[in-house]
Amino acid sequence: MNDGNRGPGFGRSEAAQGYLLVATPLAYALLLLAVPLGAILLFSFWSQDYLTIDTTLTLKNYREALSDPLYRQLLLRSLMISAAVTMATVLAAFPIAYYVSFYVAPERKAMWIFLITIPFWTSYLIRVFLWKVILGYNGVFNTTLLGLGIIDEPLTFILYNANAVVITLAHAYAPFAILPIFVALEKIDRSLHEASRDLGEGYLSTFWRVTLPLAMPGVVAAVLIVFIPTIGDYVTPVLVGGPDGRMIANMIQTQFLRLNNAPMGAALAVLTMAMVTVVALVFVFLNRRYLRGRE
Amino acid sequence: MKRPLRVYAILYLGFLYAPIALLPVFAFNDGTVIAFPLRGFTWDWFRQLAEIPALHAAVLNSLKIAVISAILATCLGVLAARAATRFAFPGKKGIMGLIMLPLVLPEIIVAVSLLVVLLQLGLSLGAWTVIMGHVLIATPFAIAILNSAFQGLDRSLEEAAVDLGETKWSSFRLVTLPLVMPGIISSLLIAFTISLDEFIIAFFLTGTEPTLPVYLWGQMRFPQRLPVIMALGTILVLASVLLLAIAEYARRRGAARTGQKDAGGFL
Amino acid sequence: MKDTRTEARPIITLEAVEKYYGDYHALRGISAEIRQGEFFSLLGPSGCGKTTLLRTIAGFEDLSAGRLFIDGQDMAGVPANRRPTNMVFQSYAIFPHLSVAENVGFGLRRSGLSRAERAAKVEQALAMVGLAGFGGRAAHALSGGQRQRVALARALILEPTVLLLDEPLSALDKKMRDQMQGELRRLQRQVGITFILVTHDQEEALIMSDRIAVMFEGQIAQLDTPQMLYRRPVSRKVGEFIGVMNFLPARATVADETHIEVEAAGLGRAVIGPDQLPGGWHPGQTQSVGIRPETMSILYPGETTDRRVATGVVEDLSYYGDMTYYEVRLDGVERPMTISMKNLVGRPVLERGTEARVAWDARSLVLFA
Repeated sequence: MNDGNRGPGFGRSEAAQGYLLVATPLAYALLLLAVPLGAILLFSFWSQDYLTIDTTLTLKNYREALSDPLYRQLLLRSLMISAAVTMATVLAAFPIAYYVSFYVAPERKAMWIFLITIPFWTSYLIRVFLWKVILGYNGVFNTTLLGLGIIDEPLTFILYNANAVVITLAHAYAPFAILPIFVALEKIDRSLHEASRDLGEGYLSTFWRVTLPLAMPGVVAAVLIVFIPTIGDYVTPVLVGGPDGRMIANMIQTQFLRLNNAPMGAALAVLTMAMVTVVALVFVFLNRRYLRGRE
Repeated sequence: MKRPLRVYAILYLGFLYAPIALLPVFAFNDGTVIAFPLRGFTWDWFRQLAEIPALHAAVLNSLKIAVISAILATCLGVLAARAATRFAFPGKKGIMGLIMLPLVLPEIIVAVSLLVVLLQLGLSLGAWTVIMGHVLIATPFAIAILNSAFQGLDRSLEEAAVDLGETKWSSFRLVTLPLVMPGIISSLLIAFTISLDEFIIAFFLTGTEPTLPVYLWGQMRFPQRLPVIMALGTILVLASVLLLAIAEYARRRGAARTGQKDAGGFL
Repeated sequence: MKDTRTEARPIITLEAVEKYYGDYHALRGISAEIRQGEFFSLLGPSGCGKTTLLRTIAGFEDLSAGRLFIDGQDMAGVPANRRPTNMVFQSYAIFPHLSVAENVGFGLRRSGLSRAERAAKVEQALAMVGLAGFGGRAAHALSGGQRQRVALARALILEPTVLLLDEPLSALDKKMRDQMQGELRRLQRQVGITFILVTHDQEEALIMSDRIAVMFEGQIAQLDTPQMLYRRPVSRKVGEFIGVMNFLPARATVADETHIEVEAAGLGRAVIGPDQLPGGWHPGQTQSVGIRPETMSILYPGETTDRRVATGVVEDLSYYGDMTYYEVRLDGVERPMTISMKNLVGRPVLERGTEARVAWDARSLVLFA
């Protein structure tokens, strides 16, 4: 007889079967994700000595990264741009998610979501590149405005700066923000709104006191899901950012592929991950506290 | 509140689609400068696409990488999703968390960390190193899709098959597999699309043979190549939309066949 | 209690069966014999272990201890697919990607029958459950009642030694349920196979079963025929679970070998036979008596009886059309008791506050510890 494991009469226990199945994907993730991430961490404590790598552990790279104004500025700017993109994206996304969830007929919701997701699945590179074409000195936007006589000379503040990066990224990550908020809104029991109205709350205060708090987990997910990839974005700064729009990913690439200073690149990568982690933890913590406060 | 929201929603969709809508407009425009007014219709840029061997090599390379990555990611996804939805085991949360981690990791981090290890091991870069990276980032998407496919499955269906005399494996083959097949097709297509579009990892890990996005990236520096890129972009977007439509169709057909309610799109 | 009909041979024997899920003790020493050809029910509230016991018999759960025999064979180490049992699942588990005929014929894949033989068997099985000609239909297009018939046909086509039914009627609406209860009973008599039904619905169990095992907290509280379960529950818990029962504080003493003297609050003194005392304990342990609502009646003014009479006041009533349930508080008792009366011509429904004379019999008392 079996020793009391929860198993459907086939000998092996449930846990053993689970481990057997998950072993391959887990091994893959360990070898190609955990090990490389560990290697990056290790590298960041080494230092580049011209062509060879000095493997004595040192904090030199971190000291340099945090004291050199160039690196500091890049890190800070990445954070600011990411924050701006996140805010713009999530604020713009909420009404869409709200509209689709509350005002679109149930049988047409899937189609709306499909429409919203399609652009996301088309080549990211092409989409970013198109913004360069649109916003450029001789781009679609400027030539159109010139042709219509609205402006006398091309606008220059819209390309090759941080603004352009924010616009482009906000566009690229829009579906990412809409989906989690939509899912959270969909989960809200519609009778809660009727209950709130029944108890004397108006439309706005119902939104404020019922809808928004219940949608908060979706908003937090949207914030994280936009913030995390944008902070490490490489393509957009290069194509539309100009010198003022460079971000940390560009410097990491430069360190690895151009300057051949892998340890410095590794340290910057670790710092980026650290920033991501801190922001993620703050939001997860806020969400938890918020949820607990409600219970 | 409904009307202003609706207007906003339509404007927003316009914002989402505006850049893509420009692609065909300038792909067929008979002028090297991407600007209005348009100068007439031409097939020239598409014709030129057919005459660039380097482009063809890149397309073939990308297709090869995308097919292999999609298959591998979906296989890993099936294993992980099955384990996650069917069995309870200690440490499940942590294990699944690690496997899903690439979903919330900036791609540049995945790219450089893999690069560092590969170079340290003295391995040469090539198509297979790109595949390794693409499988890593596509697997979480595959798992997300397959999870919902496996979750929608009544557990007693497999028990019923066993009860009627089938073994564990044959009941998986006869009952579970056909029922999750739409999810598997969906996962294959999504993973394929992700790999085909992915740039950063390919940029870092590709050897001497660029993938299509890496090739495209190289061309973007040359202004005179712009119309050709627009033509290529048009084709790529059409291909993506087609793949997605097929994936969505497979998903809906699967839902309809098992009599489920249509609960909406991907992810 | 022994069944008065001919003793059939046991088809399933459970010996001190135990089942743990980690620390949770789901089955606590279950021992029972289920007979060839009987309609047997496992009845109990949710979480009592009835479904676990059924799944143990089917082979979906291992035993933690004890032994299980089906048709004399020890089932230890025999997986579900090689047991002579088939199951009708609570969700019916109709394969949604297969047609009705493919569902019903699913288990014949390994039978070695030719395609034509299999098709004939499927059609025969469908006809048996009243679904002749439905074979080509898509499984997900069926109604709840039809799905259940498909599940039945699919299980019965393999001619199992025992058919297991896991709450098969709980997903149906009331009308459909009543109809299926009759059909299941008819089907069972027709095929002569032992049916084991899991249900939480005591009415359903009483209607359908030859014998019922009432389970609480992983144990069988009483295994008996429906009539004996209703008339002679062995504990207050069983009495409460099956039907409605009134309880009154009571004491009992042995008068002589065939008579027990009972003193019950509100009813007074009575003498009863030893068969009204559940086995295994002494009358001195008696704490209360139980009495069913329909064994008592309220006497109308001028009505006389040779039964015993107690007095009380009608505190409340529920009118059901054919019946009225009165809440009558007997003199000297704290809680009111339920008395059901048929609504007959010349028997008006009584008002609240009416003083009532209640007729009752000593034969309908059951003693409880």
